[in-house]
Amino acid sequence: MGDGPHHPAAPLSVRRAVEQLTDGEWHRLHWASPLLKGGIAFIAILAFVLANLRERLVELVIGRSGGPTGPGGGGQGGGGDAGRTFNGDPISAIYETGFTGVAILIVIGVLLLAVALFAVAWRMHTFRIGVDAVEVRSGVVFRHNRQARLDRIQGIHITRPLFARLFGAARIELNVAGQDAKVELSYLGSRQVDELRRELLRRASGVQRAEVAAAVAAAATLPPAEQDREAGILNRRVHELLGPERDLDAAPPESVVKIGPLRILGSLVVSEFTLVLLLVVAALFFSTLVLHRYFILFLLLPSVLGSLGYYVRRFSKAARYSIAATSDGVRVGFGLLSTSNDTLPPGRIHAIEVTQPILWRPMGWWMIRINRAGHASGRAGSSAPHTLLLPVGRLADVEKVLALLLPGLAGADTQGLVMEGLVARGRAASGFSRAPRRAQWLRPFSWGRTGLARTDDAVLLRTGFFWRRLTVLPLARLQSVRVSQGPVRRMLDLAELHFNTIAGPVRAELGVIDRRAAVAVFTEVSAAVVEALGADGSHRWAS
Amino acid sequence: MTDHRLDYGGSWRRVSRKYVGVVVAESIVTGVVLAGISLFFVLVIGAWFGWWMLGAALLVTAVLLVVAPRRARAIGFQLRDDDLLFRQGIMFFRIVAVPYGRMQLIDVNRGPLARVLGLSDLKFVTAAASTGVSIPGLPEAEADELRDRLVALAESRRSGL
Repeated sequence: MGDGPHHPAAPLSVRRAVEQLTDGEWHRLHWASPLLKGGIAFIAILAFVLANLRERLVELVIGRSGGPTGPGGGGQGGGGDAGRTFNGDPISAIYETGFTGVAILIVIGVLLLAVALFAVAWRMHTFRIGVDAVEVRSGVVFRHNRQARLDRIQGIHITRPLFARLFGAARIELNVAGQDAKVELSYLGSRQVDELRRELLRRASGVQRAEVAAAVAAAATLPPAEQDREAGILNRRVHELLGPERDLDAAPPESVVKIGPLRILGSLVVSEFTLVLLLVVAALFFSTLVLHRYFILFLLLPSVLGSLGYYVRRFSKAARYSIAATSDGVRVGFGLLSTSNDTLPPGRIHAIEVTQPILWRPMGWWMIRINRAGHASGRAGSSAPHTLLLPVGRLADVEKVLALLLPGLAGADTQGLVMEGLVARGRAASGFSRAPRRAQWLRPFSWGRTGLARTDDAVLLRTGFFWRRLTVLPLARLQSVRVSQGPVRRMLDLAELHFNTIAGPVRAELGVIDRRAAVAVFTEVSAAVVEALGADGSHRWAS
Repeated sequence: MTDHRLDYGGSWRRVSRKYVGVVVAESIVTGVVLAGISLFFVLVIGAWFGWWMLGAALLVTAVLLVVAPRRARAIGFQLRDDDLLFRQGIMFFRIVAVPYGRMQLIDVNRGPLARVLGLSDLKFVTAAASTGVSIPGLPEAEADELRDRLVALAESRRSGL
């Protein structure tokens, strides 16, 4: 595939380029960045111009054999040659009034101006990567400076849009917690970004942080003449120290889960969305037959086209999915034409949800979503961090992915717990607490499946009868615990438990639980959270 | 009815007695707004249910005024060794436990009426918006002292996100 994202081991030239990028000095982005950033607009304008010119070009090439029945026929049709009715086509207008030369000059002038502006903007857009932080400066009129601490990184996202892949460029995004809080370096050389990510995460992890700092400091104190050579040697020495780990890491990690395109397609087709679509189509057909108004059928077209677009979008996002463990966290890759991959350092996952929509039950498919910091709520754009960690998978896949996300779940007993939480019927799940029978009033079907279990470092919630759901909450990431009770639950001697994490698609709550049990769990979990918090050092996960 | 009320042990610190005044004022404002809407329905639109609405508004206000002291008293907090407990509500009762290390920032707000009474509201903000710990009706000095104390506690127990 074009420039494959994985290199068996980063070649020396790439390593050297990355060493240079991370030397703490200011650097510029890839030369094609302005073009790539304006890529879509550029293509749109080009397409517009071409679409207008196409017939002209055809005419130029073939010659005026067809006579006046040429392009935009209407313009020349009725009023003869002198008729200046251009049908609103600016290019034919220019063509016919004979201002071609002036128009071309104007276009060239605008183009040159745009290129000059982009070039200045590009020159002013610089970044530097230090031992502890990344800093970006940009803007010509309004200067903008952003600095992000490396140990606050919540994830590194690398995107290779189709257009950028042609130029061998890629975008790297450092997500930190907060609304729209990210440092985006778009674009850099495609071959360098993977190595750069590794280097950033290595620094963020706190591995021999002191040594890197010492190396940089030593390099800075040397006279400039020697600096280059010395910095190279010192850096290389630091790298040599970390040699084995890096080599191990540089090997492309094997994806633990493989999802065939057919299964992804199947999961999209067998979904609630399809059901709604079919209902809409059926309703339209039905009303056509009853009312004998056949134009109603035309309403079908937009809805069908729209939903086709939805399927294609979802498919191209989920296709070529891979998930693997690296020494710096879990890496998730996806995308058919525009590929991207996301690295989540350890301890950056705040909640995990394994669900099974009811339509998937015959196939035994599940999906996994997570809460992570930096999630832009209410905005599902491509820049929003990826929260769907497993688009569709079988139980075995779920098990593997969960073990990657939360290594504490991989133990034999907890694994049993996960299986119970997912598939066991109400009474059979001995590891989980259960809501009392009187909860039937509030949860007529799912009361028997509503319960929770504890492991050393996580809380597991099991809910849902039709839409089975298992929520796993790492204790060290829990923000607060809430127990509440309204009038109905008071009558039934029940209570409600909420586990508050940062915002995301996963909501962790237990709608019904026995009052006494709720208080006990509340006490226990709030103490366990404090303990887990004290023991947690994952913001510098390797130090 | 047997008592199925959710409760939690420990010595709860209550908010200032003067906070009842704020609750009463808020109830009256709510009542006035509701009554205003009802009157709008009665006089301008002439809807038949307008008078019923007005009656309901007055009833709600009366109930709010009656339970105001209890609502004020239901608010409480505990500073435990490593976390803050907060409770609120009579009809809809809730208790939240937030570890100090989870603090992102602390807000101290003073509304107009609270300022007259010398009270402050203290809001404990975590990374989860749903935590919602907001302790109203603290005497100003106590609020400032509590804020400094919480910040110090959070600093000593700081951790990642």
